[in-house]
Amino acid sequence: MSETVAVPASIDTSVPKNYLNHDKSIKSWLLTLDHKRIALLYLVTISIVFLVAGVLALLVRAELFTAGETLMKPDTYNQFFSLHGILMVFLFIVPSVPAIMGNFVMPMQLGAIDVAFPRLNLASYYIYLIGGVLVVTAILAGNIDTGWTFYTPYSARLGSSVIFMTLAVFIAGFSSILTGLNFIVTIHKMRAPGLTWNRLPLFVWSIYATSIVQVLATPVIGITMLLLLLEKTLQIGIFDPALGGDPILFQHFFWFYSHPAVYIMILPAFGIISDLMGVFSRHEVQGYKFVALSSVAIAFLGFLVWGHHMFVSGQSAISSIVFSLITYLIGIPTGVKVLNWVGTMYRGSVSFKTPMLYALSFLFLFTIGGLTGVALGVLGLDIHLHDTYFVVAHFHYVMMGGTVIAAIGGLHYWWPKITGKMYNETMGSIAAVLIFIGFNVTFFTQFVLGTKGMPRRYYDYQIQYEALHQISTVGSWILASGLFLVLFTFIHSLMKGKKAGSNPWGAATLEWTHTASPPSPHNFDEQPIVTHGPYDYHALARVSGDGAAQTSEPELSESRH
Amino acid sequence: MDQQFDASKMGMWIFLVTEVLLFSGMFVAYTVYRVWHPETFDLLSGALDWRLGGFNTLVLLGSSFTVAMSIHSIQKSDKKATVMYLVITLICAAAFMVVKYIEYTTKFEHGVFPGAHFAPHGEHYAPFDVPYAPQFFSIYFVMTGIHGVHVLVGMGVIAWIAIRTAKGHFDSQYYTPIELTGLYWHLVDIIWIFLFPLLYLI
Repeated sequence: MSETVAVPASIDTSVPKNYLNHDKSIKSWLLTLDHKRIALLYLVTISIVFLVAGVLALLVRAELFTAGETLMKPDTYNQFFSLHGILMVFLFIVPSVPAIMGNFVMPMQLGAIDVAFPRLNLASYYIYLIGGVLVVTAILAGNIDTGWTFYTPYSARLGSSVIFMTLAVFIAGFSSILTGLNFIVTIHKMRAPGLTWNRLPLFVWSIYATSIVQVLATPVIGITMLLLLLEKTLQIGIFDPALGGDPILFQHFFWFYSHPAVYIMILPAFGIISDLMGVFSRHEVQGYKFVALSSVAIAFLGFLVWGHHMFVSGQSAISSIVFSLITYLIGIPTGVKVLNWVGTMYRGSVSFKTPMLYALSFLFLFTIGGLTGVALGVLGLDIHLHDTYFVVAHFHYVMMGGTVIAAIGGLHYWWPKITGKMYNETMGSIAAVLIFIGFNVTFFTQFVLGTKGMPRRYYDYQIQYEALHQISTVGSWILASGLFLVLFTFIHSLMKGKKAGSNPWGAATLEWTHTASPPSPHNFDEQPIVTHGPYDYHALARVSGDGAAQTSEPELSESRH
Repeated sequence: MDQQFDASKMGMWIFLVTEVLLFSGMFVAYTVYRVWHPETFDLLSGALDWRLGGFNTLVLLGSSFTVAMSIHSIQKSDKKATVMYLVITLICAAAFMVVKYIEYTTKFEHGVFPGAHFAPHGEHYAPFDVPYAPQFFSIYFVMTGIHGVHVLVGMGVIAWIAIRTAKGHFDSQYYTPIELTGLYWHLVDIIWIFLFPLLYLI
């Protein structure tokens, strides 16, 4: 850990080299210490996981198209929805935004040449990869049908595949911890001169809050998985009631991690949305300090509400009441964010580029997801809705409608910086609209199904639910077509995209104002000095003279600062 | 250089926080089962030899002192003393593990295994075959076992640091790895200081 700074390879100064083409060997990619290249390694790997887990979801939805057997046997169905959940939660959504965009953008937003510990960063990637290999091993070993929650005693009595799967979660957790640790130190120690805490882009603030949760919560899932592993191999009897253990203890441990973990998943999305709102409204994000600190408040409160997953598990009434009340409190900092985003748009001048379309989708979907979350925190209502499709819909509105949509929006926003190419705005917008429609058709129906009493995870159902299930499945096809169009848009951009200027959006954060697109291997030609806030477009206009332009077409000329 | 040292040290502190949280899960499990079965836990702490545990506590406390002295020495660029203190630390750690080995094997010989395989026999252990005794020993083996793994990892790191010091890699200008190792070693010590009374004494 002593080598804090990656020494850039000697660069041929005659041709302008960027981080993508300065060394093209495979070894230079696999052993790279450059945060930007590591981000791309993550991008490719995590996208593959998303594709696999997404196809599993489509198959699950297809099976539910008719009551009774449609495509597959019950055992296969159980395994498919379990794998969908495990892959999506532990290998996709937890690492997604921090590992990809956090890695790529955050050091540049700080004006740093890399993260604090580049070697550790690369190690985190390979640890994640080992976790992925173990998941594949577990799938090959067969019959994982525990759901993503691994509740005991069932999980402790299942075959050997659970051993691989828990080990995979344990190891992927380490990757998450090390990334979080790396980011906290980076944000504390590597900010450019003049970049005070009050001038940090809100994306950095949210990555900071996320990292704190990663570091504090993930070790607990680590030890839980380890104990489950020992339960399985040595029958230590901590969780299995047949041996005198307590399955509720497992649930407490599990949710002590997994509730904060949903904030690991959503907080970085908040950061992306804040940045998008500022840039595409061309207005300082309203209530900057409140938006920044509400991330930290959510991170803190997130540790105190795990019991709301266990209202019907047999915890005491007093615990349930307390957990329920603290759950309501989380609505406050979250509401602060939503109101400030709306206020930013109200005061600003909004341009409906693709990233902004995703930001608006997010605002709409996340608000529904968040409010239904508060509803589920109500004790009496939760007894009725517990373990129904209502919970499934709520979760997907927050995770998919929230995090995934924000992540795709962020990817469009930073795409010109990552690749140096523009994407096709028309295709991008069509995909955004398709995803929005498909998502709502898929999941809003599930709110209705849930209130009518359709239990989650069931293979079969009463015939009166069939129509709604069919609408939901058709929605999943629209959603999938939107997502594939996103993939196509990006591939099209790589092959035929127009060259992007260094700052096509007229943003005021350092990754746009002080680096080329794509950036050079060491990001900045000289150490940037920060003199204004992250959304101060007036200051930007004074410095560069072109910042105020409300461009309808992306600015294509390479501007030098 | 100062910035790097600061960054590394901060990184290490955060890592130690994650270690504390890793162990916290086990401490919670201990607390829950102790509250549920106080008389069992009270009785079973007698099954553990407090003299061996006490010896190990002293050994670890001593090693924490020597590792601190090694940092003190390298700050004065006294490499010979640094290596000497690191080697003494290593010997203490090894002594700790030898005692742990004796404790474990004696229990295994008398059928004292964690969880489902618990079947104690012999004059000393037979009286401890009471309800929820397997839970106590599960927690004992898991907590001391994971702590033992930390000691072994620490021994590896200390050995490596000692070799690098002997090769002259460190001096008063640059000794970050020694300092970080010392921080880690103190944590291993502190966790034992909690484990010893909770398991052996009360």
